[in-house]
Amino acid sequence: MTIKQEEIEKLLKEGFPDADIEIQDLAGDDNHFSAKIKSASFKGKNRVQQHQMVYSALKGKMGNELHALALTTEEK
Amino acid sequence: MDIQDKIKEVVTNHEIVLFMKGTPDMPQCGFSMAVANILKFLEVKFDSIDVLSSEEIRNGIKVFSNWPTIPQLYIKGEFIGGCDIIKEMFEKKELQNLLENKNIKYKK
Repeated sequence: MTIKQEEIEKLLKEGFPDADIEIQDLAGDDNHFSAKIKSASFKGKNRVQQHQMVYSALKGKMGNELHALALTTEEK
Repeated sequence: MDIQDKIKEVVTNHEIVLFMKGTPDMPQCGFSMAVANILKFLEVKFDSIDVLSSEEIRNGIKVFSNWPTIPQLYIKGEFIGGCDIIKEMFEKKELQNLLENKNIKYKK
């Protein structure tokens, strides 16, 4: 199962309209990505909560279609 | 006992427990290996649970933590994070501070 970078980007933009988002397809296989997300909505949340917000924006794809997403979150 | 209760018991009864794919000496996934190696490097005593040995635990821990991926690290009953978080905390010495604050011995 794979997923296109554009689809990840679209879901993240919907979930975090204000965010600066950088996505990389690490292996060129639609399966291993990294994402750096900078959003004001992370304010006051710890890292676990921030990543949970990202996973929920990805609507259950993480761990399924999306095997690996190296995640970095930051407050804006 | 329900699987969620079983997991609750595991994270409560183990000071440090890593839910991973494989074992610390024979990890079956690079992300699990990375976290196990950090714990080994810090020379902390930890237990591990191989989620590949039980589909029930593998799915149950994802629900329990509201976290979609493996590995998952628990320290004194608290979910600390997965691979990205643990690596970042280790690099920024936050993991070491957390161990310090929780009175857990590690190599300085």
